[in-house]
This record gives sequence, C-alpha cells and structure tokens, in this order.
Amino acid sequence: MPTLVFLEHHGGELQKGALGVLAKAASLGEADGVIAGTGVGALAVQARGARKVWVADDASLEAPLPQPRVDVLAKVVAEGAYDTVLFAASVLAADVAAGLAARLDAGLNWDLVDLELRDGTLVGTRPALGDSVNVEVGWKGDPKIALIRSGTFEPATEGGEPEVGNVEVALEDFSTKAKMLEQAHEERSGPSIEDADVVVAGGRGLGGPENFALVEDLAKALGGAVAATRAVVDAGWYPYSAQVGQTGRTVSPKLYVACGISGAIQHKVGMQGANVIVAINKDANAPIFEFSDLGVVGDLHQVVPKLAELVRARKGGG
Amino acid sequence: MKIAVCVKEVPEAGAARRIDPETKRLDRSGEGVLNGFDVNAVEEALRLKESQGESEVVIVSLGPQGALDSLRKALAMGADRALLISDEAAVGSDLVATSRALAAALERESPDLILFGQQSSDSDGAVLWAAVAERLRLPLVSQAAELTVGDGKATVKRQTEFGYDRIEAPLPAVVAVSDAINEPRYPSLKGIMGAKSRPQALLALDEIGLSADHVGEAGSKTEVLALNDPPARGESRRIEDDGTAAQQILDFLVEKKLI
Repeated sequence: MPTLVFLEHHGGELQKGALGVLAKAASLGEADGVIAGTGVGALAVQARGARKVWVADDASLEAPLPQPRVDVLAKVVAEGAYDTVLFAASVLAADVAAGLAARLDAGLNWDLVDLELRDGTLVGTRPALGDSVNVEVGWKGDPKIALIRSGTFEPATEGGEPEVGNVEVALEDFSTKAKMLEQAHEERSGPSIEDADVVVAGGRGLGGPENFALVEDLAKALGGAVAATRAVVDAGWYPYSAQVGQTGRTVSPKLYVACGISGAIQHKVGMQGANVIVAINKDANAPIFEFSDLGVVGDLHQVVPKLAELVRARKGGG
Repeated sequence: MKIAVCVKEVPEAGAARRIDPETKRLDRSGEGVLNGFDVNAVEEALRLKESQGESEVVIVSLGPQGALDSLRKALAMGADRALLISDEAAVGSDLVATSRALAAALERESPDLILFGQQSSDSDGAVLWAAVAERLRLPLVSQAAELTVGDGKATVKRQTEFGYDRIEAPLPAVVAVSDAINEPRYPSLKGIMGAKSRPQALLALDEIGLSADHVGEAGSKTEVLALNDPPARGESRRIEDDGTAAQQILDFLVEKKLI
C-alpha cells in the first residue's frame, strides 16, 4: 500500500497533524511525504517516519493556495504509483484533497478518526450524526484519498532522515488564477494553547469583552490557557491567536471549560478531542450540552468567579 | 451577472436522524430543510444581485423530487429560479458522483460566479466546492468571510487557522462562503407567495449528458461498510445552578483527578 502523505507546513515547520498522519501511515506500510512551497527543501528532514519526501519548491507555490497543490500531488501520485493519499484535515488540506479526488475520480473519505488494514484492505472509521454513530468506510478503486481528523495521531518521535526527491512543478492555467493579495500573519503572544493541559474558553455568552477577565481568572486558577470562539474573535473581544475551531486552533487538553459557548459545529471540531469537557451556559438547549461531560445550566457570571475562588482555595489549602 | 448557488436539502436538525442499517445511508424520509450553511450562500448571492443589478440568481441542487420544497425557500428569499437534478440512479452519490452531476448542470448554465455554503449538516462534508471547481477548471476560494465582486473579479477575505487572507480571483470563479459572512434574511410573505410561480426545473441525467453509471452508488468511489456504536464517552451529567454549581464543578474536577 504505497502511501503518500501531504505534509502541510507553516512558519518553517511541518504541521504536527500532518506528521501524525505520516507516523500512522508508516505504521501501516511504506509512507512517503510531499511538501509544496517556496524555499521548503529544508523541511524534509522533519518528516520522521517517511521513507522518501518529494519536495515541490517553486515561486508559484509560495502562497498556501489549494489548486496548485492539486497539480503537484496529481503528478507525484501518477509518477510514484501511490495507491493511497492521506491528509491531516485543515482548511487548505480539505480543498486540496477534494480537488485531487475530482482530478483523479478517486474516492475521498473525510473526518476519519482511525485507519486500519483488514486483510490488506484499507478501512476508515469516522463518527457521524453528531458523533452518535461510528461509520466504517471504504474505497472502490485507487487511489484512496482520506482526510484525517485533526490531532488524531501523534507524530513519530524517532526515525531516520528520509530520502529527498525533487518534483518539477507544472501548473494548469486555471490553478494559478486565484491570487493571494495579502496573507494572514498570526500574532503569537504567549505559549501555544495547543500544548496546554487545561483550556478555559469564552464565547458570546460572556456578554462583552470585559468579561474575558472572568475566563482569564479561572484559567489562571486552573493553570491553563485562554481560548475564544470565532464569534467573539470576529467581534474583537479577544485575539485571533486564541481562537479554537475549524478556522482556528485544534486543542485536545485534559480539561476544557466552555463558558458561554453554544457549541456550534465550527467550534466543536476544534475541541471535541478534549478528555473532559465542562460547559457553563444559561441556555439549556445549547448544543454543547450534547457532548459535554458535565453541563451546567446557569449564569456564568456567578458560577465562573465562584469556581475560580474554590479552585484557588483548594489548591492553596491543599 | 449570473450567480449559481449550489444547495442541498438535508434532514431537519433536532429530529432524530438515523442511518438506515439496510442501505447504510442516511434516512431522508422525514422532513427536509435547506442546509443551514447554504442559506448564507443564497443570501450572499442575493446581496450581490442587489448591489450589482441586472443579475440572476439560480439555485442548483441534486436530490429527490421532494427537495423542490426546500429549494423554494431560496426562491422565497429572492432567488430567480431553481434547477434540481433528480434521478433515482443518483441516490447514494458520494463526492465524486455528486460533483460530477453538479458540474454538468453548472456547465450548461455558464454562471459568472458559483457559490457554496460552508458544509452540509448531514455528512459534515466541507469539500464539495473544491471538487466542482476542479471539474469546471475554475479558480476556487473557500472560507469566504467577506466577498466583493467588481471589474470581473471576486475579492475574498478568507478565514484560515492563522487569520485572514485576502485573495482575488477572476470571474468565472467558485467561492465557498463561511457562515460568518452574513445574516440571512427571512423570506417575506410576498416572497413566499411568489416562490411557487418562479421557474423550478427538474433535470434528468441525460439532459446534463450523464448516465446512471456516473452517479449513485455505481458512480461513487467510496462506500459505507458498517455502522458501529461509538466508544462510550462516559456518562454526561447535567446540573442546574441552584447556587451550588461551582462547588459541584469543583467536586467533579477532583473526582476526575483534574485538580
């Protein structure tokens, strides 16, 4: 099952999710990686677990746009005779994987949380219907394309340096029509929330930006990081770097405390991997209560400061 | 300007959704509604029509005949006409098959702009637009939180994990909008009454140059093998604050050894 893994990168590093998928692929058989960008040759060495890494390095690939990457992958898949192509889910990866599926008329299964080989056949598992059922999915024909849910697999901790091959880049006319005028530049302030064991998040239920003080206070008491939903970041209540969700970070802490967050799907996908989820919301019908471990229907402006106080007392008192 | 909006009818949220263990497909026999995220795309098309003038908004969908009821919501909001590709053979179409059918219908229409919503609430797929753009060989921009059209170009403020990109693509183009882009209007009573008389066409496969082999399970490259119970998340507790919630949360955290 020669497998190709799309190795997304950002800020000079291969994405952790992609490296996790690479490690999984390597555990199932031979796995190669492909990196596309400008000045990215040096990233190949980060691809632990890969037998070989294809590097497509060209000025036309500088912006993280999907369609040129479809061209690159289609070429690598054909020339390398790969029968499986794996992606760690992201905004970019979804567009590349689906474009590639249409280019090659190949099956694409997404949101996979597991992959296994059964008698040599690849089987994927994905949750469906609000995680109430696990569906086993398969592919007909090759190549088999998959998008793996973010954070599902851990990167390899050891592995030798992969062989590197260069890909000659030749793009379709239509692939280069979309142009990046201005690329997002993230402002990183403080430690990454992705590594925090505890995350306390605030949403629209806070009522106003000043109430993030409650979230920060509880986070401090618990020794955790602060996160925010897209809605409040859009409203300017908190910085983008704290955003958790489909167009933000994906976190899988030991504890996630959601304050005034409804639990819409775009947020859920960013934090559903948390071990324990505590949700505080005054709306008993908020979707978040469907997947929280402890749901508290109440006024967060009362509950959160009181909880912070109790946590401090407990930790201080021992 | 001709704007096509690709939409889908999905089972109503909240209603007990289930996968039929026989066919391993989603049971769509209950009430269907227009996919919520697609409503943002319809709204965006209507706003563009209003600001550009001299434009037409065409709703395009693949589904059973009954889906026309859901498409009518888009017409009631102000879309001009609806096209529904409807054929028994298309049941169970996966991404490869669905994108093929939609692309064939869209090609006939030659729209200047093709809009999609962020994802579908039934399969949670957020991939269809990229497959359609590929088949039509058109530039694609997704996760649009803002969209402006002018001088033959679409300019998008695109939301990514790292912040906002600004991307420009010449028309014709495919744009997938995020639900952050707008607050959709409610259809007016006049709109609802008028929707029935707006053109609604059913397209058979051969009208768009396709045969049964191209769609449905025959035309799909993925399959559902089995349905299983998910790993137990453990019991989910719910409490109402009677003044002691904070203490109960603390006790819970101690119990779970998180403090």
